[in-house]
Amino acid sequence: MSKVCIIGATSAIAQETAKLYAGRKDSLFIVGRDDARLTAIAEDLKIRGAASVNQYALDLTDISRHEDMIDTAWSTLSGIDIVLIAHGVLGQQDVCEKDYSEAARVFDANFASAASLLTILANRFEVQKSGTIAVISSVAGDRGRKSNYIYGASKAAKSTFLDGLRGRLQKSGVQVLTIKPGFVDTPMTKEFKKGLLWAKPEGIAGGIVKAIDKKKDIAYLPFFWYWIMFIIRHIPEKIFKKLSI
Amino acid sequence: MYYSWGRYPKVSQKSSPIFWRGDSIPIIKGVSLIPHGLGRSYGDICLNDGNYIIPTRALNHFIDFNPENGRLTCEAGVSLAEIIALAVPHGWFLPVTPGTKFVTVGGAIANDVHGKNHHIAGTFGNHVLDFELLRSNGERFNCSLESNPDLFKAAIGGMGLTGLITKASIQLIPIQNNLIQTETIKFKNLDAFFELSATYGKKYAYTVAWIDSMASGKSLGRGHFIAGKHAGEEFGNNLQAPPEKAIPVPIDFPEFVLNNLSIKAFNLLYYNKQLKKRSSGSTDFNTFFYPLDSIMDWNKVYGKRGMLQYQCLVPYEDREVIRSILKTISDSGQGSFLAVMKIMGDIPSPGMISFSGPGITLALDFPVTKKVFSLFLTLDKIVRAAGGRLYSAKDACMSADDFKAYYPAWKEFEKYIDPKFSSSFWRRVTGEVKS
Ligand SMILES: Cc1cc2nc3c(=O)[nH]c(=O)nc-3n(C[C@H](O)[C@H](O)[C@H](O)COP(=O)(O)OP(=O)(O)OC[C@H]3O[C@@H](n4cnc5c(N)ncnc54)[C@H](O)[C@@H]3O)c2cc1C
Ligand SMILES: NC(=O)c1ccc[n+]([C@@H]2O[C@H](COP(=O)([O-])OP(=O)(O)OC[C@H]3O[C@@H](n4cnc5c(N)ncnc54)[C@H](OP(=O)(O)O)[C@@H]3O)[C@@H](O)[C@H]2O)c1
Repeated sequence: MSKVCIIGATSAIAQETAKLYAGRKDSLFIVGRDDARLTAIAEDLKIRGAASVNQYALDLTDISRHEDMIDTAWSTLSGIDIVLIAHGVLGQQDVCEKDYSEAARVFDANFASAASLLTILANRFEVQKSGTIAVISSVAGDRGRKSNYIYGASKAAKSTFLDGLRGRLQKSGVQVLTIKPGFVDTPMTKEFKKGLLWAKPEGIAGGIVKAIDKKKDIAYLPFFWYWIMFIIRHIPEKIFKKLSI
Repeated sequence: MYYSWGRYPKVSQKSSPIFWRGDSIPIIKGVSLIPHGLGRSYGDICLNDGNYIIPTRALNHFIDFNPENGRLTCEAGVSLAEIIALAVPHGWFLPVTPGTKFVTVGGAIANDVHGKNHHIAGTFGNHVLDFELLRSNGERFNCSLESNPDLFKAAIGGMGLTGLITKASIQLIPIQNNLIQTETIKFKNLDAFFELSATYGKKYAYTVAWIDSMASGKSLGRGHFIAGKHAGEEFGNNLQAPPEKAIPVPIDFPEFVLNNLSIKAFNLLYYNKQLKKRSSGSTDFNTFFYPLDSIMDWNKVYGKRGMLQYQCLVPYEDREVIRSILKTISDSGQGSFLAVMKIMGDIPSPGMISFSGPGITLALDFPVTKKVFSLFLTLDKIVRAAGGRLYSAKDACMSADDFKAYYPAWKEFEKYIDPKFSSSFWRRVTGEVKS
């Protein structure tokens, strides 16, 4: 039985992941900004088999409360085996281009809040000398594209932060997993037209749990995004900058 | 992309999903809306050409489950497969189940689905204790036989038109293990089917027959009669979910794969697969209830053209009605892969315009071809003359005139429709658009 803390638990991908841990009869601590949604999720996870579910409501951009939240999670679960950080926003690229405050909102929600959480968590895991820190980043962070480079930059910062953290925590025996999903059909992408490359959150959740079980460092989900991004990363900049993607 | 199971008709629509049961219905100016569950209806009942559908699958939280008395409350996007996975290990099963478990609770209520136990259990709606109906103006109604009974009756079998069901409570039935005790009897003709239904209907909760739709003459209506009941304690108490083996159909099959010859060959082989007249045994519930679920997306076998289902209900007093339906199909030379027939019982459904009722129901699948439409027209005449009706959940063809004759309560029902809701189906069968 594991002790699992899910931050950004109302995300579609996080919910599906939580269900898988509930099915394993794990204990869960779920964090999000909407208490009513957290309650709906907690009821569901208990019925699906979770040993216990506790919830904590906060806006994750409120960094001043991070210490208290993690403290509560740590003591409620008496230590954390797995923490998944899932929250994020897509932002509006066109608005970001005109108004930095929108871009700042994206950086805060996607990067700054995660960096603050990771700072606190890393120090605790370093002492605990075991466990998993898993964070949802994105393939969008692998290379900036003109259609969504603000979101991409926030995810690139996250991925880079995690690369470094992995190095730091590896001697403590702590797994740091960067999850890079491709296109997933969730509330975040409800405005997009869905095609062949789109995955369901259930599928991504299965991939996340497997990558955690297998102690992976980086997981592209579904796996074929590794190859897509491999190609995208290798297109010469002279050509890439002219592509309309 | 959202389709219906028959992938016919092809429509152009947009979607605006609902993600939380506390959210209100997205209002989009100038367009109508219709809920869409898992799209396991065959025709256009879950489609809304030129307008919007509301995908409901994100509403998939369980709310309450009491393993002592088998009462379950869940959001309407929960699938029957998820309910089975939760309830079976605690010794509970669905009170009524269609031939696939990949349908949502909301879809099961809105089409008031029936199963092989209709003769003793009625429809899904008979086992719904209550549900919440969310209307486009933001109003929420708690509906049951006691509270808002009119809306309760209108929404059961209400085809999604009465508003969005957000959550529902149902009463499950107790089981001892994951097995179904079965008996399969090969029968020679229609009269034999009636006799078997009469005798086995008393002893078995589940009865259905597979019919060789290509057989004719003296063999008209021959097939296999399948009876089953939840196995008792003497079969052990294993409540594990049986293994799932789902083989995907990765691409649309070319259309020549399913032609009259291959369908005829299949039917002949299937009829003769069981050499003995009678065989009995036990099987896990997945194999018994959901044989088709083991092939994911089997509808793609019909190719891009799509498929149509024809499901009618006709009175059983006059056997000539069903005989002439079977003869018409057999004479047309257009075979059906899957033809199933069942005697339905007389437990009334709470639904105002539900399909189910006493009589004999026959369901057949056909690839979409030009010829099949004229076959349907001929069948429609027989069904209508006999005072029967067609199942809206499976339909893509019936005329407005026929619909209104089959479902005289439609005018009364219309009062309960949410003003912002409509569907391709509803516009077709009320004559707003020509089919
Ligand atoms: C292989 C197979 C076997 C089948 N066997 C049977 C059978 O034995 N008996 C039987 O009765 N049917 C059977 N069906 C049909 C199927 O059970 C019904 O069409 C069912 O309603 C599909 O549910 P769904 O969740 O896919 O809903 P959809 O097909 O997406 O929608 C069906 C209807 O429900 C409405 N709806 C969906 N969710 C909601 C909601 N939350 N609130 C309000 N309205 C809603 C929609 O608007 C639509 O009118 C079978 C279908 C298949 C593919
Ligand atoms: N969907 C994709 O295609 C895709 C692709 C790659 C990566 N990702 C990443 O996957 C993660 C999960 O997203 P998703 O696809 O599952 O979409 P989602 O369901 O919309 O989840 C995003 C979640 O983030 C939460 N959130 C945002 N800002 C928050 C804040 N300040 N405080 C607390 N919670 C906040 C939202 O909470 P509310 O419910 O309260 O709004 C929401 O639950 C995100 O990090 C996203 O960037 C998604």
